[in-house]
Amino acid sequence: MVKEFHLTTPLSEGDVVPLRAGDRVTLTGIVYTARDAAHRRLIELIDAKEDLPIPIEGQVIYYVGPSPAPPGRVIGAAGPTTSYRMDPFAPKLLEMGLKAMIGKGKRSKEVVDAMVRHKAVYLAAIGGAGALMAKAVTAARVVAYEDLGPEAIRELSVERLPLVVVNDILGNDLYEEGRKQYRITV
Amino acid sequence: MRTIPAQAVVEAVKVASIQANIELGDDVINALKGAVEVEASEVGRDILKKLIENAAIAREERIPICQDTGVAVLFVELGQGATVSGDLYQALEEGIRQGYKEGFLRKSVCDPLTRKNTGDNTPIIVHLDLVPGDRLRIWVVPKGGGSENMSRLFMLTPAAGWDGIKEKVVQTVSDAGPNPCPPTIIGVGIGGNFEQSAILAKKSLLRPLGTPNPDARLIRMEAELLTAVNQTGVGPQGLGGRVTSLAVHILMMPCHIASLPLAVNIQCHASRHVEVVL
Repeated sequence: MVKEFHLTTPLSEGDVVPLRAGDRVTLTGIVYTARDAAHRRLIELIDAKEDLPIPIEGQVIYYVGPSPAPPGRVIGAAGPTTSYRMDPFAPKLLEMGLKAMIGKGKRSKEVVDAMVRHKAVYLAAIGGAGALMAKAVTAARVVAYEDLGPEAIRELSVERLPLVVVNDILGNDLYEEGRKQYRITV
Repeated sequence: MRTIPAQAVVEAVKVASIQANIELGDDVINALKGAVEVEASEVGRDILKKLIENAAIAREERIPICQDTGVAVLFVELGQGATVSGDLYQALEEGIRQGYKEGFLRKSVCDPLTRKNTGDNTPIIVHLDLVPGDRLRIWVVPKGGGSENMSRLFMLTPAAGWDGIKEKVVQTVSDAGPNPCPPTIIGVGIGGNFEQSAILAKKSLLRPLGTPNPDARLIRMEAELLTAVNQTGVGPQGLGGRVTSLAVHILMMPCHIASLPLAVNIQCHASRHVEVVL
């Protein structure tokens, strides 16, 4: 039975534990954007036991590199990038208390296991619906790594960003479940 | 000899690059609408409708369909009776540079090792052919990274045959799963050689959706591959469904007697291509 949740950041364990693969989530609050290069830098800081430019505990990271904001807009198109590229970096952030990742595409077994271990979820935004996703963004500012251009860490204020739960704290996988239902083996 | 001013090329490419990223072609929108009718999954139908809605928002509000406005791939046919006053490559590149700046498109090109962004979405990728006539025909085809990353090239043994080709195409789509943003369009290049098969695969994507392959032999092959990839059940956004791909397009040419090159270039649903003729 698919349920609908409206969540506000920062997220607590209590927020993510009831979520199940397939549930719809609308998210309001702050999300931080980061892709490959930003993740690499964050992990280097973690390994060096130095401070990070953004909080991690209870937070949400959205894998997105938005297109530039035209005049009068807070952001350009802002759909998800493919998440597997961030798989090498995700477990350490989950260990630090990251509660949700937003992207699209399947995660590795290591990341799914880390979500179960640390009680976090993976949420999918619709890939390629960049204009639609951007409608939920009410503010955006670069907070770190401006030199990375579109790949900088941005703090986004979002209002009812429409998402679906792909991986929950039990290790369920919506991609696998959905495909099994419609696969035809000859 | 007909002379085409370089500035005309710059302007045409600039306009085309912005248009391609903001206005999803009617053929794609119609294919998405058709998919809604046949998609058995309710979640799948909802996603398809949202993609159609997204295209309308992008067009009305003049923002990109997808934030990944891609690497600029240009197919260029220069008539042998035409010449460009100036450097054709530089004009094409300047057109992209200007389009990506003025159109607020994302700069998504970087050094492969340092990963430092080049800042202006150049260099571009140009496939240039000399053809009869005196026209300059340019297809601007922004290609995003997600679907490109799921594309594959196989140097099959001749013994693999059609069955082997079918197996590899299905395997590529299956392995990719949700990653290339289904529903996808699968471009297949058969024959040629290592690099030519890949060019054939990407070129096959230029044909408007819903139009038949001009080579009758390939029509049946395309239909067979489409049925096979849609049996994977990957569905819209990989969440399960009957419509994993909207179409399979094939281009084929003769190859070495010891080879069977096969390239599978996956195109996401944001299939963007604009043609200009000068």
